[in-house]
Parts: sequence; C-alpha cells; structure tokens
Amino acid sequence: MAARSRSLAPGPRATGAGVARFLIVALFIVFVLVPLYWVIITSIKPSSDYLTVPPVWFPAEPTIVHYTAALFSYRGLQGLINSVIIASAATVLSAVMGTMMAYSLARFNTGGQHLAFWVLSQRFLPPVAIVLPIFLLFRSWGLYDTHIGLILAYTFMTLPLSVWMMYAYFRQLPRSLEEAAWVDGLSRWQAFWMVAVPLAAPGVAAAAVFVFIAVWTEFFFALILTSRYAFTLPTIFRAFLGFQGAQYGEACALATTSLAPSIVLGILVQRHLVRGLTLGALRG
Amino acid sequence: MANVKISTLHKSFGPVRAVRGVDLDIPDGEFTVLVGPSGCGKSTLLRTIAGLEDADSGDIEIGGELVNQMRPRDRDVAMVFQDYALYPHMTAYGNISLSLRARRMPKSEIDERVKRAAEMLGIVSLLERFPRQLSGGQRQRVAIGRAIVRNPRVFLFDEPLSNLDAQLRDEMRGEIKRLHQEIATTMIYVTHDQVEAMTLADRIVLLRDGMIEQQGAPLDLFEQPATQFVGGFLGSPRMNFLRGKLALGAEGAAVRLGEGGPNVPLPAGRARTAANGVDVVLGLRPEHVERAAAGPAPDGYARVEATIELVQPTGSRSYATFRLAGQPVMAELQAHDVSRAGEQIRVDLNLRRAALFDFASGKAL
Repeated sequence: MAARSRSLAPGPRATGAGVARFLIVALFIVFVLVPLYWVIITSIKPSSDYLTVPPVWFPAEPTIVHYTAALFSYRGLQGLINSVIIASAATVLSAVMGTMMAYSLARFNTGGQHLAFWVLSQRFLPPVAIVLPIFLLFRSWGLYDTHIGLILAYTFMTLPLSVWMMYAYFRQLPRSLEEAAWVDGLSRWQAFWMVAVPLAAPGVAAAAVFVFIAVWTEFFFALILTSRYAFTLPTIFRAFLGFQGAQYGEACALATTSLAPSIVLGILVQRHLVRGLTLGALRG
Repeated sequence: MANVKISTLHKSFGPVRAVRGVDLDIPDGEFTVLVGPSGCGKSTLLRTIAGLEDADSGDIEIGGELVNQMRPRDRDVAMVFQDYALYPHMTAYGNISLSLRARRMPKSEIDERVKRAAEMLGIVSLLERFPRQLSGGQRQRVAIGRAIVRNPRVFLFDEPLSNLDAQLRDEMRGEIKRLHQEIATTMIYVTHDQVEAMTLADRIVLLRDGMIEQQGAPLDLFEQPATQFVGGFLGSPRMNFLRGKLALGAEGAAVRLGEGGPNVPLPAGRARTAANGVDVVLGLRPEHVERAAAGPAPDGYARVEATIELVQPTGSRSYATFRLAGQPVMAELQAHDVSRAGEQIRVDLNLRRAALFDFASGKAL
C-alpha cells in the first residue's frame, strides 16, 4: 500500500509541486481544447441547440447541414481551394527563396551585418501601413483579386521569417562539410543543393510550416486584396456575422474544415522537425 | 601528380598574422609534414593550398600552374579533414562517389573506382552504411577513400588522426604511410604530433609563429636542430636544456653549467665560432644520458654524479630525473639501471650527440 501511494505521489515534499504542475497543465489543456471541442460540436449541432442553458455538450441529433451550407452556399469550398493554392505556392516560394537568401547571408556574409537585419526589419512594419499602396499597385498591375497577386504578397511578407529561421540554421551547420564538397570538385551551387540543403532539411521543414500557418490564417491582406475570385478561407467568416444574426453552425463548420490542413501538415512534418540529422558527420 | 611551390605567402586574420612569408618547394610524390605547435599557421597554410582561404600575398603553384585565383574545385587537390567532414545524409558509397557524380562520370566507372578505393582501405563491407553507423576509424577510412577515389594531383591531410584513440592512431598512421608508398602522390600532412611527423615524413617542415623554423629530412632535424625550439619540439621525452657559459681554452671548448657547476668539455671542433663566455644552452636528449659503466668515461662523454629524484619505468626503459647544476635532467636508462628515487648513480653524458645553442638567439652554434 505504501509503495503504491509513493508511486502515485512522490513523497510529501514533492506533492505540492506535483499538484501545482498538474493543475497548470490541466488548465492549459482545458484552455486549448475546450474551445476546439466547442467549435467542432457546434458545427454538428442543430441551430436550436446553439445557445441553450444549460449548454448541449453533445447534440442528440448531429447534422451536417452547416457543412453543406458553409462549403456551397457561402462558397467555402472555393475559398478552401483558393487557400490551398495560395498558401502552398507562397510557402514553396518563401521557403526556397528564404533558404537561398539565408545561405548567402550565413556563408558569404552578403551585405555585411546590415542586410540580414534589414530583411528582418520588414517585419516591424504594421501591415496596415503598406496594404493600401499594395492595393493601388495591384489594381494598376492587374494583380488585384488574383491568385498570383496574393501569392506574391504573401511570399514577400513571409520571406523575413523563412530567411531568419534558415539563417540561424545554416550558421550552426558545420562549414567543413561544404568545404569538403568544394575541394571534392563541387561548385558552390552543387555544394548548396547536394550538401547544405539536405542537411538543413529539418530547418526548411520548420520554416515552411511556420510560413504555411502564417499564410493560412492571414485575414487582413486577403480581405483588402481580393473580392469575388481569389478570396481565401478566412475572408469568408465575415459573411457569417450579419444583420440577421450569426450563423454559428456554418462558421464552426468552416472553422473545423480549415483546421484539417494544419493537422495533416503537423503529422507530415513532425518527423522532419526533429533535429539530429547531423549526428555522425563530425566526431562524437 | 604534381609538385607544389609556395612563394612568400602571407595570410592574416584581422590582426593575427597566421602565415608570414613562407617559401616552400615540395617535389612531386613527396610526403611533406607541416608540424608545429597550435597556432603556428600550419592549418592555414594547408587551407590556403586547398583554396579554402585566400592568400593576402604570395603565390601558390601546383604542377607549375599558378592557382592563386582558382577555386578549390579546380585545383584538383583532395583534402582529409580533422573532423572527417563526411556528409551525414549519404552512405559511405555516396560520400566516396560524390565527387565523381558531380563530374557526371558514367555509373559503371564510378562503381569500379569506388570499389577499388574501398578495397585499398578495407571498407568494402561498409559502403552501404551511413556515417553515424561507423566507428571513428571507419569514418576516417571513408574520408580517405573520398580523397583517393579522385586520383588528385595532391593530397592534403589536416590533422586526420587527432580524433582517434592512441591505438587506432598508430594503426591508421601505418596505413597512411602504406597508402603513400602505393600511390606515390604528393601528400601534405598537417599535425601537431611530432611522432606522426617523424614517422610519416619524407620531409618535415617545422613552423613557428607563421614562419618556417627548419625543414629537412626527419632525422636531419632530429639530429641537427637549427634552433633550440626545433630541438625541444622533436623527440619524446623532450630534449634536456642546460644553461651555462661557453669556456674556450687551449684544449678546446667546454660549457660551464649553471652557477659554478661542473665543466663539460665539448668534442673537438665544436663551437669554434662563438665567443668566450657567451651564454649557451646545452641540448641533450634523454637517450644520450647513460648509466656509467665500469672504468673511465669513454671519449666524448662527460661523467657526472646524479641523485635520482624521480623514476618512471615504462617497461622497456626507465626515465630517471635528476639535477645537474640545479637544472633538471631526464635520462632514458635501461629498465634495470635505476630502481628508486634517492638512488645515487653515475651517468655519462654523450656530448658527441649534444646540441649547443646560443642562449640569446636560440640558434645552434
């Protein structure tokens, strides 16, 4: 009995800390998961169950009408497709260009000390400061409400993020591997693609995930730079809050739908996010 | 296959002058070892030859061709790095074959050349493994395989054995020497380990503070060090240095050791050019201090009394430390010549093999 109680709570002194830790973790999980649960459950509730007291924790008659409405009546499917196209393209562009820029900054000290910081400083700009000029430029260039326009905007918006993540990554990669490749007869370009990039793959994956999530959830630029054609998923949500009331079910159905890619992405890249690929390259 | 010629090479990193006017002419096929204490510029010199550092001034020629402006890939040299620098995302085969693949060589020829290199190094069974699945010695073999598969004009080794344990180091040292005998390509090898330098080199280039202190065949440097630094650097245990004053008399030169210490006569013909009374350092290797036999000291030897302070037996030999004119001297004696500290013995100093340096300049007299 004594042994058993010890295995549950490690001694009287540790108990206080253990309980506190449990409470903090529990609070955090509740804070994260309850809203998520509420969104998912609301998306399948009949509209009569939305605001009942006491709340309905699980609907007696789950329904998918909100999904069909959100995806088809509110053009959610089109928004989803647009979001996938725009976010994927911007992610690939940002990650590829960011990796190349970061390599140049890290290995060849391009632009001295200032260029790297200048790249980062683009993030200091409040988006509202540049969205109007971009809107006007896009109008005159024919990029307004196009996929390409939004892809370009997002690529340049997220470039500082991917550059800085990769910059940090390349700086901690041992230089001797690329030197070995140069002496081995590889050009700098070959050494970059055949040695540096494969070694930096976990960093590229991490940067790509951050960029994708940033673009996937972006609302403000999409709202200003698109209207009927290239609109993205987040911009649809404003349609659910109208004069006649709020379409909670549809909003929650679309929110649940927009969660899916993030979850899939998380599962896919999880393995690459773990570092340790450089183990064995060098001693120890 | 090529010779390497270096003329008045300079290289600085900010205020640090790593290489200061090095002239070096390495004939085709020679095994040259650049040796010296850390920070002497030997690695910088090697990296400059490889093209990984740009020289501030001076010329580097490989096979008669000026390579100063050439990128590493065009110099046709191969380099083995201290940390192996194996590509962790490629198998041993991938590592060894990368340079050939980069040159778009036909697959069959790549296979053939990798196989030949792997056979030479005894790593055929390891080709499908990744670096993390290999031991230190195996990694080093793969790194060497990566170098030899290309048939480069010059091999560069940057302290390739310093990360291996002692036993493996001895083994690999022998293999590198055997490799040089087999392929007879010019090799330039950097180490701080004087044993490696002595055992491997056709020629040792001893560097100090970015300049060449002395170069030549290993035994020439060992037996005729040009400076006190060279004498102290080569040989283990280290050469004993005894301070004294030069005394020139009618019967020849002698060194008066320490303050009022014994007079040690030098063999005829030594120190003819030095001035009487000049401060000198007598350099005497431990193996040239022997336990005295019965009868008088042989010609060219000086006999002294020694009170042993410390005995370090190694099995075959015993190192005994005593004081001579207040200065410590280590003697390498036969294992049973000495048994314990406190023992009083007579030792003979072999002055025919002693070196004599000017105290002020450190140069040999």
